[in-house]
Amino acid sequence: MSEAEATTTVTNEQVQAAAERLDAHVREIIAWHFSPETGCPFWLEWAQKTGFDAVAEVKSAADLTKFPHFQDEWLRDEPNERWVPKPYQGRPFLVFETGGTTGMPKQRIGWEDHLRDYEEFSETLDDAAFPRGGNWLMLGPTGPRRLRVAIEHLAHIRGGSCYHVDLDPRWVKRLIAEKDFETAKRYKKHVAEQGAAILKNRKVSCLFTTPLLLEALDEFVNVPDAGIKGVFCGGTQMTPQTVRFLVEEVLDNRAQFVPTYGNTLMGLACSRPLTPDDQWSITYHAPQPRAVLRVVDPEDTDRTVDYGAWGRVELSTLTKEFFMPRFLERDEAIRRHPWGRYPWDGVGEVRPFGALEQKTIEGVY
Amino acid sequence: MSLPHIPVLRRGQPYDSLDRNELNSVRTGEPVAAVGQANAALIRRDLRRGADAARDALRALSVGRLLEISAAAGRLFMEETLPLGDGGAQSPQEYVEALSATSGLPHVLVRRNMAKIHQVFTEMPTILRGLTRGMDPAVLDTGSGEQSGVPVSYYAVTNALGVVLPSNSPGVNSLWMPAIPLKVPVVLKPGREEPWTPFRIAQAFLAAGCPPEAFSFYPTDHEGSAAIMESCGRALIFGDQSTVERYAGNPAVQAHGPGWSKVIIGEDCIDRWPEFVDVIAASIADNGGRSCVNASAVVVPRHADALADAVAKKLAQITPRAADDEAAGLAGFANPKMAEAMDAAVTEGLKTPGAEDVTAKHRPAGERLVTRDGSTYLLPTLVRCDSFAHPLANREFLFPYASVVEVPQAQVTDVMGYSLVVTAITQDEALLSRLLASPHVERLNIGPLSTTKVRWDQPHEGNLFEFLYRRRSIQWA
Repeated sequence: MSEAEATTTVTNEQVQAAAERLDAHVREIIAWHFSPETGCPFWLEWAQKTGFDAVAEVKSAADLTKFPHFQDEWLRDEPNERWVPKPYQGRPFLVFETGGTTGMPKQRIGWEDHLRDYEEFSETLDDAAFPRGGNWLMLGPTGPRRLRVAIEHLAHIRGGSCYHVDLDPRWVKRLIAEKDFETAKRYKKHVAEQGAAILKNRKVSCLFTTPLLLEALDEFVNVPDAGIKGVFCGGTQMTPQTVRFLVEEVLDNRAQFVPTYGNTLMGLACSRPLTPDDQWSITYHAPQPRAVLRVVDPEDTDRTVDYGAWGRVELSTLTKEFFMPRFLERDEAIRRHPWGRYPWDGVGEVRPFGALEQKTIEGVY
Repeated sequence: MSLPHIPVLRRGQPYDSLDRNELNSVRTGEPVAAVGQANAALIRRDLRRGADAARDALRALSVGRLLEISAAAGRLFMEETLPLGDGGAQSPQEYVEALSATSGLPHVLVRRNMAKIHQVFTEMPTILRGLTRGMDPAVLDTGSGEQSGVPVSYYAVTNALGVVLPSNSPGVNSLWMPAIPLKVPVVLKPGREEPWTPFRIAQAFLAAGCPPEAFSFYPTDHEGSAAIMESCGRALIFGDQSTVERYAGNPAVQAHGPGWSKVIIGEDCIDRWPEFVDVIAASIADNGGRSCVNASAVVVPRHADALADAVAKKLAQITPRAADDEAAGLAGFANPKMAEAMDAAVTEGLKTPGAEDVTAKHRPAGERLVTRDGSTYLLPTLVRCDSFAHPLANREFLFPYASVVEVPQAQVTDVMGYSLVVTAITQDEALLSRLLASPHVERLNIGPLSTTKVRWDQPHEGNLFEFLYRRRSIQWA
């Protein structure tokens, strides 16, 4: 077996071992959230009201389907204090909000989950493309978003500092919903120009941004010429053509492109490195066991679709800080096989759910 | 066998996009081609870079040489097998069949449009004379010269002409083609169902020796179209009235919307109306009624009922036929919902008192919307309206449709509004004088000429030369 094969192929034993680790983790997390000593008010009351004995019923990841789908309204309507696990009581929490809709946002509280996610992610980064000690530019959604803090933490643990440009994705979504495309374009330009100004005047080697902002940045500065060696990119869908265009043309194959799929509720799903066989189609793997992604049949969400088939993305978040079973994301994806250092299912070519039938507003984030 | 592939062209170089749209036959639903799609950022990037070099490549050739290339390209377009993507190729007959399959046009109408495009290629010297009012084309080689004894100098105001094309008829490509001998590269966004013609025109030019940099071909989405409109110094766009209104007052954009073309008969000729039935029917129904030069209103001082009935009877003879039937005169709709919406709009309009569908009684089955061989058609429709204010009196649809309205001659120019073409069947000096003075008439055909009749030395739908070039004052010591 070649070195490349060794890092990309997965044995049945590895898949089995990962599944067993996940099952054990599920039991631990269920025990934590449904025990009066460690659970939060929301889940303890929910168990009482429904009569569902999660500790007895849920012994494996497969058993998570015994839960109904998590309702995102709960993250809007419930006071945040009701999500605080007992051991965390008295510790001020961070409040992170999901990306882009207007009105009362979905909020997720947390303490250190985001730090763990990004520390783990940092270990997957290539030091040549994301040099230790190198500074970062965070050209993406700021404000109450987890990303804002997480990218800065990532920069710090890798020994660098982080520059930021303000971006309010909700304003962009509102403009697009109101068909005020001209103002949306001006705002994108305004943001990209500021990013370009930082790159032209400060020493920066690593960039986080969204695909659309990376394209916009290219209009003001040649990104690899500006010293960027690695781009960590996420936030909106990336078709294979978009990825190829960004890698071959915007980055001129001179800066490494690391796409990710993530949000406030999940954390960060890493992508496998692209190979010619992938035809620029990206596959992401959840940060298992802290989060699990399934690609499910939209008509029968208990059923996982076959490998290679499209389905709706279902997320379960399984940390001691936050338990969220079976949340149906507004995304669809292709179910992909386990791979290399991720011996569990992946999700490929993620795009807004129903993208072929209707145009979903994604804005710049 | 793999599907024919139409690639993106980036300054003439094929680019194999990973995003491909499948084009299906409007009749069978079977896939006919895969069309590579350009992402908007790619278009913007291309247009930011190297646009000057592309124009320089065209400037390096004289107008005379480009006219030779154009003539040669015309023959290639009509007669030769020309490249598609992935090493594929397309014969003229395959082009006819493919375009017919995806646009719904019968073969005979595709061939008529081919012939029209061929004429544009070969009549290019006449077209340039019309556009430049007879100026020696060498002025564009040197930048200055003389016209009618007056020193002239012209410079191009853009290094690319963006063109956002519709799908309704291939003939529309004739509008941008003169940009090539005028030495301005083109950036083409084809209509979704009609990538065939602009691609084949570009391939014919290339095969005849035109610099590849002159042709960018970007099948794309709305964002990509917007990128073309914004990034090219001059752009043509085809759309509905809202498109025209959106770009009104933007000197960099020539927006082509509905034509609202008309046939007007004067007091002096109306009593001879039976002589004009054929020319009126042709004005309404040529090219399947899909062109903006098709008449959508017939304005007469009297005899409207009799005239309407005679024209309706003639139009009703046009029925859907097989795609390869030489007598076919109607085009099927690529999108049946569009046909349903138009049918509903006419039916709704007829509810307003004062209008009658005079074709209805001549149609065998009575229905306006019919299907044949899996394709949806709208049968020719002539509506007799009692006033120009009726909602159906001045409407334009993508099928043979027109109204017949009685208007006192003295009021015609007051009520008729904008008209891309007016065929005025009259010798009445007062009426002709008012039509000649009207700012709302783009092309005036005097006498019984179909509104669809084109003279190549008469600029059509705006003057491309004046759009692409500006005159500079010049004098020598």
